[in-house]
Amino acid sequence: MPTDRPNTAELVEAVREFLSDHVAPNVEGQLAFHTRVAVNALAIVERTLAQGGAMDAAELVRLKDLLKQNGDLEELNAELSRAIRAGEMDDRKDALLAHLRQTAEDKIALANPRYLTKRG
Amino acid sequence: MTAAIQDPKLTAPQQLTAVLRDQMAVEYGSGTKIGGLVRLSGGASRETWSFDALKPDGARQPLILKRDPMDRQADKQFEGVPEGRLAVDRLTEGRLIQLAGEAGAPAPTVPFFLAADERTTCGFFTHRLIGETLGRRILREDAYAQARPKLAFQIGHAAACFHGIDLDLLPEMRGLRAAAELLHYRAIMDSFHQPHAGFEYGFSWLRERLELAGDRYALNHGDFRNGNILVDGNGLAGVLDWESAHLGNPSADLGWMCVRAWRYGYHDKVVGGFGDVSELLDGYAAGGGGRVRREEIHFWQVFGTLRWGILCMILGFTHIDGEQRSVEYAAIGRRAAETEYDLMLLLD
Repeated sequence: MPTDRPNTAELVEAVREFLSDHVAPNVEGQLAFHTRVAVNALAIVERTLAQGGAMDAAELVRLKDLLKQNGDLEELNAELSRAIRAGEMDDRKDALLAHLRQTAEDKIALANPRYLTKRG
Repeated sequence: MTAAIQDPKLTAPQQLTAVLRDQMAVEYGSGTKIGGLVRLSGGASRETWSFDALKPDGARQPLILKRDPMDRQADKQFEGVPEGRLAVDRLTEGRLIQLAGEAGAPAPTVPFFLAADERTTCGFFTHRLIGETLGRRILREDAYAQARPKLAFQIGHAAACFHGIDLDLLPEMRGLRAAAELLHYRAIMDSFHQPHAGFEYGFSWLRERLELAGDRYALNHGDFRNGNILVDGNGLAGVLDWESAHLGNPSADLGWMCVRAWRYGYHDKVVGGFGDVSELLDGYAAGGGGRVRREEIHFWQVFGTLRWGILCMILGFTHIDGEQRSVEYAAIGRRAAETEYDLMLLLD
């Protein structure tokens, strides 16, 4: 990516800080609510930029291992969904569940890490 | 029937005030005035208004009007799901609130309906009750400290009452048994062409355990959760928002009440963030609903969790497909990850 500093993550951070520090305190009602929603959405983007690559790589390894075939994430996820529906994963249920649980934990770590805590 | 049109020379409250003045004159006597008219909520599927009818004798009747939106948008269509989402119109919703009240469930009085004409869409009125509907406030505020420990039982009791309504008394509604309802939501998921292994596993898990669903068939509220109940200092004061009502397995309502999304952080209280499943089931039995098995509730809690995930997808794709561009809908789309995480904790 041909970018100078601030890089992508730093730009997203700048917009998030602008919304939370300068916009949110000066609006109310529906606009204040949507500003908080926007701040949270940008925080998802920041976490994805920081951790998403490693998560994708690990997911791809798990999928290849589980399905015993090659492909990219999109192809293998489509194949896994098809195989679950067709009942073809029943002989690998433990491995399947371990994969699905890890994937769900990774997704939530990006989308809403507070959800992993008691009061999230 | 002519469609209702908003007169561009009037504001929406001005036009509605004229409609209300005419109807309240009929209901309460000529000269009845309209005071404090304010719109409570948006939403694509309905408008909710609060106002007072000031009667000629000086008495004041606080009222709520819920009507179909004036700027009606077409319901979201799903490829492969020609019948669309489960929902009822306002007249049916008002009738169901009346029936629920007659059956013994706490429900606001529905004194009369609003007929559609060239000035307004159709709707129904309820007497305005005092209380709280926001789930977070019900769980946090001191005013409801005495109410919270009673709620799970009262909610179970109320559900048993409206689940017991004779099917012959109900207005025309769609109905789906458990297997069909599963296929309904899976077809909606498929319409987005977004393969989802976690949800796929949830659907398979449910399909393999359909015998746990039970075979009861009754009125379902359809969105029975903390957020659609009115609570006052004594506990449950009303069951509201019947727009997703349909016929189906009534345990779906009980399982939906146990989905984590309405616990607002109070996870240890499975029922709405305020109670336990045993209290819910005790109340249900006390209300005449019989003893529902724990496995049946678990089945429907899993189903409800998955259904909430699909509803998150629907809102996410309502944004993505451009039907309604909204940062809120986009963000809710990502909440599907929460339901996927919950599913993985609930499933074996």
